[in-house]
Amino acid sequence: MAQNSAEPVGSVEVPASEHGRGFPPFNTETFVSQLLWLALIFLALYLLMSRIALPRVGSILEARRQRIKDDLAEAQRFKDASDAAIAAHEKALAEARARAQTLANETRAKATAAAEARRKEVDAKLRARITEAEKAIAGTRSAALANVRSIAGEAAAAIVERLTGIAPATEEVGQAVSNAIKR
Amino acid sequence: MDPIHQFEIKNLLPIIRIGGTEIAFTNSALFMLIALALILALMLGATRSRALVPGRLQATAEMVYEFVADTLRSSAGQEGMKFFPLVFSIFVFILVLNVIGIIPYAFTVTSHIIITVAFALLVFLTVVIYGFWRHGLRFLKLFVPSGIPIYILPLVTAIEVMSFFSRPVSHSVRLFANMLAGHITLKVFGGFVVMLGGLGLLGWLGAALPLALTTVLTALELLVALLQAYVFAILTCIYLNDAVHPGH
Repeated sequence: MAQNSAEPVGSVEVPASEHGRGFPPFNTETFVSQLLWLALIFLALYLLMSRIALPRVGSILEARRQRIKDDLAEAQRFKDASDAAIAAHEKALAEARARAQTLANETRAKATAAAEARRKEVDAKLRARITEAEKAIAGTRSAALANVRSIAGEAAAAIVERLTGIAPATEEVGQAVSNAIKR
Repeated sequence: MDPIHQFEIKNLLPIIRIGGTEIAFTNSALFMLIALALILALMLGATRSRALVPGRLQATAEMVYEFVADTLRSSAGQEGMKFFPLVFSIFVFILVLNVIGIIPYAFTVTSHIIITVAFALLVFLTVVIYGFWRHGLRFLKLFVPSGIPIYILPLVTAIEVMSFFSRPVSHSVRLFANMLAGHITLKVFGGFVVMLGGLGLLGWLGAALPLALTTVLTALELLVALLQAYVFAILTCIYLNDAVHPGH
């Protein structure tokens, strides 16, 4: 509608009559000016794009790619460091455990040895006391035996004297008692 | 209601006259300047702060950059990246011109065949000149595919030469025709809406269908605008690949 009403106003279109009202895209008279403007404007576009815009966008993209690469590398570095720290920590833990183990073993061995030595000492002391006691018992026994002999002799001499009225000689009595005991 | 009227080139400011040709500041030139301004705002304005964490516009600029770079790298390899500014400029310029053209009352610069021919020839000549400069006569191996039996080789070579020289034609006509046809269709259906709308209540009901179609077609045109810019760019990449690696 608006174009309809615009048409009569478009009296600027004096060339329209000159053009003979053909199909506008095939109207060769407009070609030169279209080509001229196209050349000018496209050249300007090409120069601005190739000199300024595209290098700028390219550098923005490159900078971002580089930044991401750097950040990833740094993250990897931190991860490696933490891995190393964990490994060191675990190694220290294992070492400490091993040390504790040997320490315990040593202590146990020492304690066992000490106990053994003490046992031996006590043992020896006890044995000595046993021998002493046995010696005392043997002494007492031989003393008792000797007493038995003298008592038996005296009793035999008294019996003989009572029966015969004659006191026997001590040696004879002793001889006889010895014989009797031996039997 | 003339669907062709929208493609008229209008002189806004007459500037100089060379022989019989008037060089004027036209609506075509105005919309090219608008496209240039929009691209500069995105690619220069939005990236001014060089933020490490981009804002919305800077992210868009980066996305377009990486999109074009990936497209070119995947079809022409690392060596093709020396044409990156060219491919990028062509892609964004055509993209913005196409999209601006959808806006009502706007002029679609790429609906003029002289513009698309100029772009196609720019690519074609870049391929030919760079190909001969870089590879000398070995660039002609482009027309002689390897591993072809000798008795059909002349035929294949003839076909290859023909297809090579028809490239700029198909390259330019594809974009031109898509833009032109889409805009004519939109205009025709839009015209139906206006005509039927003038017929009273019954006409209002009748206008609903073309109105719905216009809406759907506008969405389709947006897709076509994006897709044709992409197709133009990817064909540019594929043709440039021949200039860089002619040996297949």
